[in-house]
Amino acid sequence: MAKKPKVRVPKTAKKGQVVRIKTLFPHRMESGQRKDPKTGEKIPRFIVKEFVCAFNGEEVFRADMYPGMAANPFFSFFTRVSESGTFEFTWTDDRDETVTVRRDIKVD
Amino acid sequence: MGEHWKPWTRRDALKAAGAVTLAGWALSPAAALATPDEAKAVLDRLTGGASMKEGRITVKLPAIAEDGSSVPITVTVASPMSEADHVKAIHIVSEENPNAEVASFHFSPRSGKAEVATRIRLAKTQTVLAVAVMNDGSIYIARTPVTVTVGGCGNQDG
Repeated sequence: MAKKPKVRVPKTAKKGQVVRIKTLFPHRMESGQRKDPKTGEKIPRFIVKEFVCAFNGEEVFRADMYPGMAANPFFSFFTRVSESGTFEFTWTDDRDETVTVRRDIKVD
Repeated sequence: MGEHWKPWTRRDALKAAGAVTLAGWALSPAAALATPDEAKAVLDRLTGGASMKEGRITVKLPAIAEDGSSVPITVTVASPMSEADHVKAIHIVSEENPNAEVASFHFSPRSGKAEVATRIRLAKTQTVLAVAVMNDGSIYIARTPVTVTVGGCGNQDG
C-alpha cells in the first residue's frame, strides 16, 4: 500500500457544524484493463477498493471504489460534528491491506 | 470559528501524488466496454429495480473532459439529511466504461450534507449516471453527458 495519504480536517468547529473533509490517497489504481507495452500481457487489477471515515468509532462516510476511479483517489465530503473527538480514515486495497490515519477535532 | 484551513490546490494534489507513477487507463482494442444495457443491469442491482425519478440531484461535471483519466465530478443531492429524510447512498455509473460501476458513496444523517466530490475515469464520450437512494426507498437519477477528448487510456495502441 502507498504510504502517505493526505487528509484535511478543520481543527476546531462549533457544535452542530457541518464540516468539509478532503482526503487524497496516492495510488496508481491499476484498472486491470491496461496491457504491458513490451509483453502485451494484461496488467492485473490493483486498486484501493474501500475508504471509510469514522468519527469516535461510528462510520460517517464510506466509498466503494471500482476501476473507474481515477488514480490517487480523492474525496471531498461533509459531516456534522456534535462533540470533540477523533476522525479515523481507513483505506483498503485489493490485497486487503489497510492504511489508517487519525485526526482530532475540538468542538465547542 | 477563526480556524483557517486552505482548500486543496491542484498543486497539493500533484505533490501528494509524489513519486507515484501516474497510471493512465489503458484500453486494449479488444477490451469490451460497458454498454447502456450493462449500465442498466448495474442500476437494477443497485436499486433493486425500483423506478427512478428525475430531480434533487445536481451533478457538476465538465462538458468537455480533455483528459479522461481524471475527470472531476461533484454530486449534490437536495436533502435535509435528517433522521426522517436523508440520502443513504449515491452511485456513479458509466454507460461506456469497461466497468459500468464507478463508485458508491454511503451517507447517514450524520453527514449533514449529501455531497461528494471525486475524480473518475471516462473511456470515451458518454453519459454519466448519478443515482441517489433515499432512506424511504425512493430513487432519483441524473444523466449528465460529457465529451471526452482523450479517453482514459494509457496505452496508445488502444
